[in-house]
Amino acid sequence: MADIRLSIPKSVESGAVIELKAMIRHDMESGYRRDIQGQAIPRNILEYFECRLGDTVIFSADLFPGVSANPLIKFYHRAQESGTLTFTWREQTGQTFYKTAELVVL
Amino acid sequence: MIRAVWVGLIFILAGCGEQSKSVSKDAPDFGIEPGELKSGYAFISKDSQALQNDDFGNPGFLWVEKGAQLFGTSGCLDCHKSEDFSGPVSAFPKRHKATGALINLQGQINYCRSERLGAAPYAYESEAMLGLVSFLKNQGAGRQLNYDISPDLQPHFNAGKDYFYQRRGQLNLSCAQCHDDNWGTKMRGDTISQGHINGFPTFRNDWQTLGSAHRRFQACNAGVRAQQSELGSQVYLQLEVYLKARGAGLKNETPSIRR
Repeated sequence: MADIRLSIPKSVESGAVIELKAMIRHDMESGYRRDIQGQAIPRNILEYFECRLGDTVIFSADLFPGVSANPLIKFYHRAQESGTLTFTWREQTGQTFYKTAELVVL
Repeated sequence: MIRAVWVGLIFILAGCGEQSKSVSKDAPDFGIEPGELKSGYAFISKDSQALQNDDFGNPGFLWVEKGAQLFGTSGCLDCHKSEDFSGPVSAFPKRHKATGALINLQGQINYCRSERLGAAPYAYESEAMLGLVSFLKNQGAGRQLNYDISPDLQPHFNAGKDYFYQRRGQLNLSCAQCHDDNWGTKMRGDTISQGHINGFPTFRNDWQTLGSAHRRFQACNAGVRAQQSELGSQVYLQLEVYLKARGAGLKNETPSIRR
C-alpha cells in the first residue's frame, strides 16, 4: 500500500467551494533515466487519478511521464452533499492505490 | 589466524592515522562566524522555500507520516512512552553508552532493533529508516539545534574537522574551500551553501526522494571525484559530529527541501 496524504476540510457549509488535496508516494519513473551501471530504468508511472464522491466521479486526471515524483493534485469541489470521498490512482501496471475520507456537509 | 592478522593490520593502520599530520590543527574550529550562520534554506529558490513552508505540499512529510506509523507499530512504544523526542534526538551523534562506539540516530535505531526487538536492522537508506529518522527529527522542527562537544566526542570532532579541511579527489578540493571560503558565490547555476545538515533527512529535487546526510556526503565526494565512503561509516559519522557542532544555533528544518 502506497503512502497517501489527503487534505480535506473537517466540515463545510452547503454550497461552499472547497479545496481538496491529495499526494501519493510514487517514483513516477519516466523511463528516461539510467542507473549507475548505465542501464535504462524502465518506465513506471501512475497513469490515471480520480476522485469519487460516493459513486460519482467529481474529478479525474491523466498523468504523464513529465509529472514529478510524489505528485500533488489539488482541485476544487462545490460541496452539496455529504459522502465518502475515494481517491484512486492507477499505475501503468494496472495496480491501483486508494484512500478514502469522509466529506461532511452541514 | 587470519582474524589475528586482520586485527594486527587494523592496529597498524590506526597507528598510521595518528602519526599522519593533522591538516586542520592550526585552523580555527569553524570557518564561519556565528553571526554569519545561514541555513541551506537561504540558498534555495523562492519556490522551494514555499514548498518547504507548506506542511501539506512538502513531500518530506510522506516519510514523516510513514515513520510515525512505523514507530507505533514496530515495538518502539514498548520502551519509549515519551511523546516528545526532540531533546534526546538532538544529542546524536554521540558515544553509545553500551558499546562505546560513535553512533548517530540511524545507529541507535538499528541497535534498538537488534538488541531490544530482535529484529533485522534496517538498511541505512531504506524507506523505513528514512521514515523513522525524519519522524523523530521532525518533532524538534523549528527549534534551535544545540550540540555540545563533550570530552569523549572531542577526538571524533577533531577527526571530522580534519576531514572537512582535507583536500581530496581528482579536483583536489576540501569541503572548506567551498563551504567556508566561497559560500554565497556561484558555481555554475547554483549558489554555494554553507553546507549545514540542519534539515536532514532532506528531500532533494535532484534525487526526487528523501535522503540522509551521509548520502549527501557521498554526493559531495562524487562531485569532487573522490572515493566515497560507506553510508554510516566512521568517517562520515565523525564528519556529522563536526558539521553538527559547526551548525549549532541553526533551526531544525527536518524534513527540508533542497536542490
